[in-house]
Amino acid sequence: MGDAIVTLKIDGVEVHVPEGTMILKAAKDNGIIIPTLCNLEGLTPYGGCRLCLVEISGSPKLFAACITPVSSGMEVTTQSEKLKEYRKMAVQLLLAEKSHVCSVCVANDHCELQSLANELGVDHTMFERNFTKEEIDSTHDFLVIDRNRCILCTRCIRVCDEIEGVHTLDLRMRGKDAQIIMDLDNKWVNSCSCTSCRKCAKVCPVGAIYIEGEPVGHTKHKEIAEFITERRQRKCK
Amino acid sequence: MSTDDKRRLALEKSMKEHNYEESALLEILHRAQEIYGYLDKELLMDIAQSLHLPPSHVFGVATFYSYFKLKRPGQHVITGCLGTACYVKGVDEIMRAIEKEYNIKRGESTPDGKLSLLVTRCIGACAMAPAIVVDDEMIAKATKEVVLQKIKEVLGGDKPESR
Repeated sequence: MGDAIVTLKIDGVEVHVPEGTMILKAAKDNGIIIPTLCNLEGLTPYGGCRLCLVEISGSPKLFAACITPVSSGMEVTTQSEKLKEYRKMAVQLLLAEKSHVCSVCVANDHCELQSLANELGVDHTMFERNFTKEEIDSTHDFLVIDRNRCILCTRCIRVCDEIEGVHTLDLRMRGKDAQIIMDLDNKWVNSCSCTSCRKCAKVCPVGAIYIEGEPVGHTKHKEIAEFITERRQRKCK
Repeated sequence: MSTDDKRRLALEKSMKEHNYEESALLEILHRAQEIYGYLDKELLMDIAQSLHLPPSHVFGVATFYSYFKLKRPGQHVITGCLGTACYVKGVDEIMRAIEKEYNIKRGESTPDGKLSLLVTRCIGACAMAPAIVVDDEMIAKATKEVVLQKIKEVLGGDKPESR
């Protein structure tokens, strides 16, 4: 990343950020919040949830703000009717994909998907719900994964690989069969590489990975983001 | 030297050729499937350790591509193309007929290992849709009757054990 400063407009406001910054980060640093589920400061951007879509003038395409670097003279729109429709659609698809029932979820009231749905006014989904019946893996001493609630944001995979450095978690298969796995698709208790660090539970935006017997509320993602950034900076020095 | 050692040596040689590079994973998985016929968990773990890659990553790659088989395929393999053209032309109906006839699900083999039913995405014969491959022989513009007859032929007299 160079030292050059780029000037661009986000929602009509002129901002100055270092070259190579992603739009999402540039907006956040200037007080403009773009919704996202898969992005977490300190982890490599993934661009999977498609909620941070923004419009860039001069292009009919929509861009995922978390993986689009800024460029000079760019004019970015983060809020519009069109974008709201797309975001609503993305949330509805996420809700329909697995089995999201807030009333019985450990993350109820502390769920990023839920609060985003509230914010966007999504109170139902127009797609047929899948109501998946994946087995819950609670073989680990205290970590539990309920794949029915997973939105495949891959935060846990990235935190496991990039911060903890063990890469116990990964994705298997693809499309509708994609799932989070431990090692060679083993039960969690049989994982030879898991260090039981709990980071996966802390970064999970929904209630898919959680610590047994502990409320999800105290693992606010902001705190963990700060924690990760701090750890990373410490490592670099 | 047992066959297993020979196979392991061939795989080792291939890995050595690639200098145990992490980026050669796909190449080595290909080679491993050529040598062993399928990739079981033990083999994947072996490859992961040799290339110094996380096992979950290797498993993720091996399951991402439908080319890689994680279970031992049966003596006779039937592969249904579920690409768009074949799907539109009704390959699903044929697959369901085979599933019903031999009481197996797609992606599985009969318990006695005589017959496997696999699916793939597009074999590149869209003009011949729906396409079903029975033991390396493609049946173009397949129908239920033709396919079931063909399977009966390759199986010879013996009807595979159903569960």
